[in-house]
Amino acid sequence: MRNLNIIISNTSEKPLYEQIKEQVKSAILEGDLDNGELLPSIRKFSTDLNVSILTIRRVYDELEKEGFVSSKAGKGTFVLAGNKDLIEDTKRILIEEKLIDLITISNMLDINIEELHKMLDIVYEEV
Amino acid sequence: MEDVLSISKVSKHFKSFILNNININIKENCITGFLGKNGTGKTTLIKIILGLVHKDEGEIHYFSNPNLNKKDIKDRLGVVLDEGYFYDNLTLNEMKDLVSSTYTNWNNKKYENYIKRFKLDGKQLISSLSKGMKMKYALALALSHNADLLIMDEPTSGLDPEVRKELMQILSEYVQQDGKSVFFSTHITSDLEQVADEIIIINNGEILEQVSKDELLEEYRLIKGNNEILEKLNKSDLSLINKTNYGFSAITNKYEKIRKEFPEIIIERTNLNEIFLAKTEVY
Repeated sequence: MRNLNIIISNTSEKPLYEQIKEQVKSAILEGDLDNGELLPSIRKFSTDLNVSILTIRRVYDELEKEGFVSSKAGKGTFVLAGNKDLIEDTKRILIEEKLIDLITISNMLDINIEELHKMLDIVYEEV
Repeated sequence: MEDVLSISKVSKHFKSFILNNININIKENCITGFLGKNGTGKTTLIKIILGLVHKDEGEIHYFSNPNLNKKDIKDRLGVVLDEGYFYDNLTLNEMKDLVSSTYTNWNNKKYENYIKRFKLDGKQLISSLSKGMKMKYALALALSHNADLLIMDEPTSGLDPEVRKELMQILSEYVQQDGKSVFFSTHITSDLEQVADEIIIINNGEILEQVSKDELLEEYRLIKGNNEILEKLNKSDLSLINKTNYGFSAITNKYEKIRKEFPEIIIERTNLNEIFLAKTEVY
């Protein structure tokens, strides 16, 4: 694994499988993992991360269902980063989730859409 | 993942103790921890699995293969028991010759590697071994005949932290090989926190739960708050309540519900030890 960093937080309220799954997913989305790259075996990965093998199996199962990896019996689990539509879609969904939060808070604070647009432009320049 | 061992409806009646309707399964490539207080039936169940104690009822299937005979099963089980069944007046190598002759696939090279790795001396008398060395010797024997399932009864009891850590390391290495699995009993929860994939909890001769370690740790939280809150909480949702003049703490698996009712309460993750005590608490 070239660029797979997984940090597990004990203070996070998120369950372990979710923390691991999100970090593998973002490594795929950010291009740190290449298409076709072999992920660690569930046994090796779980021992290294000091989590149950059942947790890693769940992570791989869910990533496979979502189309980010593919498992081949006896060979292992591979990254599927060739699916550009899925990756673009997922990036958009990630941003949309944040936008929904943003709009909800804006509505609560009586900030209208024009004001929000202006703020977005200003903050975007600054970051 | 196949089951390497599946136990269904196993019971054993003693005059003063009953092992009641045991249903568990050990999965391939997993380290399964068998957790229970002293005298709750761990050793009895392990002896039943090994055929050293006869069960009254129930069935045990080994390696998902009904065609295995007793000899096949013995060859594939590596065993470390609490009281090493060794002759004190033999040397390690003499005892090894006795043991190895009973297995089909004895691998003397492996044995010698383990003896070297564990810093044991084959010419030493068994009576001269410390408790930790005896466990390592038993482990060397158990790992040298190409067993697929390592079964150990309280391998860490009475050992110092360093040897315990070394043992856990060896177990982790062992299950990296395809098709190798470990089942071991303990009452020391930190051993399991380190290496276990699944945990089976036994109490008073009954299985309380078989669950993945991470799920078990996810299920419970430590909560803290003031005593007015404690008054309003449903006591049956709480275990290990510790109340002082200044506030309380408790273990609960209803923390989501409690958080909604009392957002000011402090909720923290807890460890296996507290969860185990909460689950086996006597009211």
